[in-house]
Amino acid sequence: MTDSTITKSEIIDILADAQPQFPHRDVELAVKSIIDHMRDSLIEGDRIEIRGFGSFSLHHRASRLGRNPKTGAAVQVKDKYVPHFKPGKELRDRVDFKGKKQE
Amino acid sequence: MAVTKAELALVLYEELGFNKREAKDFIEEFFEAIKSSLSTEHAVKLSGFGNFGLREKNARPGRNPKTGEEIPISARRVVTFKSSLKLKERVAANTEKLVNQGGL
Repeated sequence: MTDSTITKSEIIDILADAQPQFPHRDVELAVKSIIDHMRDSLIEGDRIEIRGFGSFSLHHRASRLGRNPKTGAAVQVKDKYVPHFKPGKELRDRVDFKGKKQE
Repeated sequence: MAVTKAELALVLYEELGFNKREAKDFIEEFFEAIKSSLSTEHAVKLSGFGNFGLREKNARPGRNPKTGEEIPISARRVVTFKSSLKLKERVAANTEKLVNQGGL
């Protein structure tokens, strides 16, 4: 439904424009540091809780009997963790059109 | 312990030499930029981490799980998150270690 996507480099440009006290290069490094820290923490199983935004955690998926879609052969798929995001209340409310005009 | 905005601010302070005020403000601005993009109907792609998207849900009948009373759930727009393939693979590859530590 979205007609446009904002990328990491555009987020960096938005932040650099809004905070001219930081050189563009520093904004790039800061965004990279934030994302790297979030990624590394999640991989180690640490939850991330950002008030007003949401939380990231890992969910466990049990081992199961799967199938090779090409050959149909049964294969045991090992259990694994998968990343999960739960939006926080402020983000949910700001994104929803409830109470706003619907086009 | 969970990673919070305060911990992310500390990373900017320690790794990049931001002062504490700047670091705290920067973290706020970073998440505000993502929230603001999503609330103006733009999906957000953070390469190496994941993509935040938007999905419109139709109204559907719901139920209060405690009382069994029927309550209609109105149509709404919600945020979705799909982690990047690389993050998914690295998390999956760490499963055994996390399970051996006693799980999450």
